[in-house]
Amino acid sequence: MKLQFTLNGRETDWDGAPVTRLAAALRDDLGVTGTKIGCDAGDCGACTVLLDGRQVCACLVAMGQVGGRSVETVEGLESGEDTIAALQKSFLDHGAAQCGICTPGMLMAAQELVRRNGKPTRAEVEDTLGGVLCRCTGYGKIVDAVMDVVAPSSDRAPVAGEAVGARIVRVDGHAKVTGRDVFGADAIPGDALWVRVVRSPYARARFELGDLAPLRRRLAAVLTAADVPFNGYGIYPDVKDQPVLADGLVRYRGEAVIALVGERADVMAIRDDEVPITWMPEVPVLGVDAAMAADAPLVQADKPGNLLLNGGVKRGDAAGAFEACAAVVEGTFETAFVEHAYIEPEAGWALRVGDRIEIHATTQTPYMDRDEVANLMRLKPEAVRIVPTACGGGFGGKLDLSVQPLIAIAAWTLGRPVALVYTRPESMAASTKRHPARVKAKFGCGADGKLLACDVTATFDTGAYASWGPTVANRVPVHAMGPYAIPNVRTWGEAFFTNGPPAGAFRGFGVPQAAIAHEAMMDGLADQLGIDRLEFRHRNALRAGDTTATGQTLAHSAGLAQCLDALRPHWQAAHEKIASFNATGGSRRRGIGVGCMWYGIGNTSMSNPSRMRVGLSPAGTLTLYSGALDIGQGSNTIMVQIAADAVGLLASQFALVTGDTDLTADAGKTSASRQTFVSGKAAEKAGQDLRQQILRLANAGPGATLSLDGASLSVRDGAELRTIDLVTAGPLMGEGMFDPPTTPLDADGQGVPYATYGFAAQLAEVEVDVELGTVKVLRIVAAHDVGRAINPTLVEGQIQGGVAQGLGLALMEEYLPGRTENLHDYLIPTVGDVPEIECLLIEDREPLGPSGAKGIGEPALVPTAPAILGAVHHATGVRVHRVPLLPHRLREAIVEKSRAEMT
Amino acid sequence: MGDYLRPRDLDEALQALTRPFTVLAGGTDFYPARVGRTVAEDVLDITGIAALRGISETEKGWRLGATTTWSELVDAGVPPLFDGLKQAAREVGGRQIQNAGTMAGNICNASPAADGVPALLALDTQVELASLAGTRRLPLASFITGVRRTALLPGELVTSFHVPRPQHEARSAFLKLGARRYLVISIAMASVVVEVADDRIAAARVAVGACSPVAQRLPELEQALLGAPANAQLGERVEPGQLAPLSPIDDVRGSAGYRNDVALVLLRRLLSEVAA
Repeated sequence: MKLQFTLNGRETDWDGAPVTRLAAALRDDLGVTGTKIGCDAGDCGACTVLLDGRQVCACLVAMGQVGGRSVETVEGLESGEDTIAALQKSFLDHGAAQCGICTPGMLMAAQELVRRNGKPTRAEVEDTLGGVLCRCTGYGKIVDAVMDVVAPSSDRAPVAGEAVGARIVRVDGHAKVTGRDVFGADAIPGDALWVRVVRSPYARARFELGDLAPLRRRLAAVLTAADVPFNGYGIYPDVKDQPVLADGLVRYRGEAVIALVGERADVMAIRDDEVPITWMPEVPVLGVDAAMAADAPLVQADKPGNLLLNGGVKRGDAAGAFEACAAVVEGTFETAFVEHAYIEPEAGWALRVGDRIEIHATTQTPYMDRDEVANLMRLKPEAVRIVPTACGGGFGGKLDLSVQPLIAIAAWTLGRPVALVYTRPESMAASTKRHPARVKAKFGCGADGKLLACDVTATFDTGAYASWGPTVANRVPVHAMGPYAIPNVRTWGEAFFTNGPPAGAFRGFGVPQAAIAHEAMMDGLADQLGIDRLEFRHRNALRAGDTTATGQTLAHSAGLAQCLDALRPHWQAAHEKIASFNATGGSRRRGIGVGCMWYGIGNTSMSNPSRMRVGLSPAGTLTLYSGALDIGQGSNTIMVQIAADAVGLLASQFALVTGDTDLTADAGKTSASRQTFVSGKAAEKAGQDLRQQILRLANAGPGATLSLDGASLSVRDGAELRTIDLVTAGPLMGEGMFDPPTTPLDADGQGVPYATYGFAAQLAEVEVDVELGTVKVLRIVAAHDVGRAINPTLVEGQIQGGVAQGLGLALMEEYLPGRTENLHDYLIPTVGDVPEIECLLIEDREPLGPSGAKGIGEPALVPTAPAILGAVHHATGVRVHRVPLLPHRLREAIVEKSRAEMT
Repeated sequence: MGDYLRPRDLDEALQALTRPFTVLAGGTDFYPARVGRTVAEDVLDITGIAALRGISETEKGWRLGATTTWSELVDAGVPPLFDGLKQAAREVGGRQIQNAGTMAGNICNASPAADGVPALLALDTQVELASLAGTRRLPLASFITGVRRTALLPGELVTSFHVPRPQHEARSAFLKLGARRYLVISIAMASVVVEVADDRIAAARVAVGACSPVAQRLPELEQALLGAPANAQLGERVEPGQLAPLSPIDDVRGSAGYRNDVALVLLRRLLSEVAA
């Protein structure tokens, strides 16, 4: 059907099937890719556009309805070349775009409102944005950006040497607010073949493939396990247990079985039931109790008892010390599978170039992808080039391979570009999850409120494949006692295989689960002794000079006590307000809670180096070559800030080359909150190296000031001014490498697992409707010791986004295979759920870090759920032992408690 | 690829329906059911039929066109009788869904958790159906016959809703309970319409959704409210036994017992609020 409509003010012709979704027509037929697709089901709002001035999900509009009407997309917001709209500028200035995948949808939803009302209220903004999900920002900066759209913004470009600590706008922000940033699905070549993956509907089954020849005749290829040269991958060099395509046996629902490769319409038209697979379902092993049962079937044949790994930390004599405690509390806490729910589903395309394969895909870890794909394809690592696209959120879920192996294998053999974009249900079914945990904790303290002993056992469901399970099982014992000085410690972590989805890396690597337990213990002990909950934590906080349970003495930068000091006035004021609110009676009760955490930055007792380069070309182009992937957290920007100050030139003069394994050195993975600390340090060293080279060329002293003007570099040293002609000098390249100093842990978990730790304390105010069991979080105050905030706006963005995910973990998120495989049954917080989040930045400098900085990505999330659950207890007297705390669970616990009190 | 028709008038649509078509309006249920799939069936898009759209006052009450969107309803100048329906409209998905989703789509999809249904039941809404054989009207309660099932016969199309004019001053309200704000499937919801004469309840219609395969009116409760003073104590008239028509289930969003409990709470709050 041919039709005409107005697209961003221009008459546009379109021809195609009238049931085509507007979102698909814009992206695939008209090449207007600023409109993003997150779910194709109206659940996420990423594809929000204006249709005759009203916001709609472009994925739900039939093109047959568009003829003669007006469609506005993010591309239409710009009033001219390089002239962005006030709304876009406001998003930039407020740091409202992080990964940027929801940004076009947010902008268009907001546009519906601000066009009519330039000074909207918060409630109006929330109502307008309620249909667009953001997983990065926690919404606060987005709401502020919309409310402040008419306010003039200040110029924030810092002078040379003062980039660190400045609130400069994201270096990649313009691309994000204009919809020009290229994500995994945005630049697929028009001649690409497409993959559609046939996945297991069973959690555990054997299967046989029938005659695939008829399908092969219709398609370019039908790939099976036999087509994968080495059919196993995994994070650890010695654990390659996950097949690209299952070989006769599936171990979780959603596991890939067959890849159909062909023209896009052809592969999409083939239904799963047309593919000849004979399934022989078996009883799945679900949950750790089933996995640990004496007669449990094995999930992995070579893993007796379904045990992946266990280990712990032992210091002093925990068992004996409990005898001497004045107060002891115990409890067992359970958490669910949690989905990352990045708004960008896994996507990418690959192309064979001679004897090399190039992969353009969304990822958090280009070098690991390169090595894994090379291993699967039996190629040399150098034969694989990873060109990361912009990453529309990761949170750990894009550390494992997703689309890469299948597109690479297909493109390698077919000699054409091959693309794969997961649907939302596919993304949710196939990808890794946060480990469900059962944490059994016992803590004791003296009459003075000083902790004496703790005993924690954390049991994890690692799902069908190892993935990052060992990382979780290793990290948790180190953190499970909480950020406190305790002389007698026994902690234990263990992970078991089940037929659940592979549990992998998710913001915090098991520590958020453990924190729910240790913080409940802190509340319990404080309550028993009648000590204020915040003061109890303050009394026990790890401080510089203290020795941790692994025997590591913290020399510097242990700012938990400062965080608690910063919270104290908020805590006291809130207590008074809450007491007077609750005195009025009624069905709504308010409460306040506090949660603390510590978090080791970088890999646990393992080398994790980063290497960065800063180049200055003969033409005067200053370039940071950064292999550190920005997945929304802002590493692109802070690396430039760090490098700029290290060289002594302006951040605004930097060009950035990022991620491409052919052009950048290995800066490790974007995980473990390591990029600021590890890669940032490498960027600082690279900048310093370049500066040294320049100073040598100019024969200038260390205090010289530099300025760059075209190919001319001026060096002023005191009264003397020298000019370096860069054409004559030739290309300059500074290089820096940093690997945080750690030591292996011995059998008792003794050693130096991390070079430094982030510390934080958050308080949460909640209102519980005791008749309905609902919890409304009213306010969060988050105090974080980040060492040094390289860019406070970005740090706040990380904190607010982490808090929103912690809120989801506490109150609503539960992934159930086959049941919550979409974004309307699996709930993540909307703009209406996340309260005002006040950030208090504590900067207790870490001498090893760049300008004293540590990390913030994961620490942001860890204390939130404990603080909320503590607040629920304060409000209702109910101690929650299972999250998410869905309304019916809380209501049932409240009823149970009042029943118990009556008898 | 199937056929796609987007007629301009109703007769053309009814002619088409002499063979099977999937009816498409706002697309907010149609497309989510087809994620990652090629749309192969024959589609009849009814959004081009102007006669199916809009709200008008009639001799006996109001007519609401089948493809009236939730946003159009919210913007409509209708009396407080419709406040509950408007509140429900604001709880359908997010703003995008409200701008596209239609009233007829909501009831034809026949989800137990359809946000529009309790409020329409409390309005005593009649559904008008048209086919080549003529038109007929059914009470909404008879139109939705089960989970994802309606009384729609082959060849029939929902064309409009009819809300009768109340005899007395009418007030209404709606409450939804979900596990998050915005874009959430209801755990339970309730809607009430009360008519007030001489400061007493002269008529009451109460409906609860997401607590039974089809949202239910509660006749015993409605009876119990008659003659009660219209004040903030009205909610105290709600007794658990009056909720007998409900048959909630356990699912990921809540347990059956919980749903029964909260339905009671929602009703008490709603009635006290509208009567105060």
